[in-house]
Amino acid sequence: MDAIYLDNAATSWPKPDAVIEAMIRHQRMVGGSPGRSGHRLSIEAGRAVYGVRETIARLFHIADPLRIVFTKNSTEALNIALLGLLKPGDHVVTTGMEHNSVMRPLRFLASHGVELTVVACSPRGDLDPGDIRRALRPNTRAVVLTHASNVTGTIMPVQEVAAIARERDIVTCVDAAQTAGVLPIDVEMMAIDLLAFTGHKSLFGPQGTGGLYIRKGLDDRISPLMRGGTGSRSEFEEQPDFMPDKYEAGTPNAPGLAGLAAGTAFVLAKGPERIHAREKALARRFLNHLEALDGDATIYGPRDMETRTSVVSFNLRDIVPSDAALFFDERFGILCRPGLHCAPAAHRTIGSFPQGTIRFSFGFFNTEAEVDLAAEAVVRLLQR
Amino acid sequence: MADNQPSSVVLVESFGHALQAEKMLGAAGIPCRLVPVPRHISSDCGVCLRFSSDFHTRVEEILSGRLESFEIVRL
Repeated sequence: MDAIYLDNAATSWPKPDAVIEAMIRHQRMVGGSPGRSGHRLSIEAGRAVYGVRETIARLFHIADPLRIVFTKNSTEALNIALLGLLKPGDHVVTTGMEHNSVMRPLRFLASHGVELTVVACSPRGDLDPGDIRRALRPNTRAVVLTHASNVTGTIMPVQEVAAIARERDIVTCVDAAQTAGVLPIDVEMMAIDLLAFTGHKSLFGPQGTGGLYIRKGLDDRISPLMRGGTGSRSEFEEQPDFMPDKYEAGTPNAPGLAGLAAGTAFVLAKGPERIHAREKALARRFLNHLEALDGDATIYGPRDMETRTSVVSFNLRDIVPSDAALFFDERFGILCRPGLHCAPAAHRTIGSFPQGTIRFSFGFFNTEAEVDLAAEAVVRLLQR
Repeated sequence: MADNQPSSVVLVESFGHALQAEKMLGAAGIPCRLVPVPRHISSDCGVCLRFSSDFHTRVEEILSGRLESFEIVRL
């Protein structure tokens, strides 16, 4: 039984061949410590890492590639941003649709003197930008929000929120884990100050790659999470204060970044719009099947494909999501994710806490036949 | 660039800045090469950009205002 992989919102799979080849090539032919030693393989490894910065910068319209800090995923990027920026006495605003990658650092900060406001969203996951405006206080330092929910796929009004924040010189920090590679992101046009992204989802890179864009000037206000060797200013025992070395202590994941470069190049060649259109079509096809079940399926999130990504969360009558997922895996080879998806706040918002939902997340490499088989599996489960 | 010619180096803050400088000089047609920072200049373990001292003034002009922080040293 072939696997039908519907867990792309967690990690995209399969990867384009070019991604795997780039990682193998890097380990066979390059292999040195990037920017550390000055010999030819170190220089070549450093060039490769810089090349990834340029490719990512092109995708997000970042003028200077050195404004991008590489991390192991969005979570690390968000931790650098939030723990580095917010101090006791500051106020921060977020939404009721956030992943724990945002919520847990903020709850930690809230227990250490930072004031936190979680703005409620509608049961479909929609955010009213006016509610963000009304939540602002004189001491609000930052607004943190996801670009799209990993539970419902709801696309958040990032540009409107960022415009409100920019008017008052409040930092906008965006979690683009679910959108980098499928939705257009222009940090200048959208007034995004901090952009956290991961490589292992819609950028088709390997796990262990990701990064944080920091707007020029803002790094002066953000302390690094870690300190250590950078290959620069080695005569000093203090951490460098310039980008990106300030935040990149320790040898980076160069083979992973080589894979990320190839994955991002794949996205740029196909075009995020085309990738998103393909994924939307697959998700819509599955939603059509669910909607035809006439009440046996509870579907969460928006139905209009223009306001959502290809993540579909649903429940089937009173069937426990984990039981459904096991049935889909064992009987149909369908691999999905049941439960709370590391986003308890979002499940509270949509009314599916604590049991969670079944989540099918469609990717660029899924087929219509796989969608139809997934729908058949749902019907079989209901008939059981 | 022959090794026996008088040469200079551009010292920058990081490897990324060295690559940016290399691109700027390359675009201007000035031969240059990334090399380890000579020990007598700095104890930094990073790289710098070596070029023929004939281009000293031009290199300074090209990098000024485009690179945040740099220093040119004659070897």
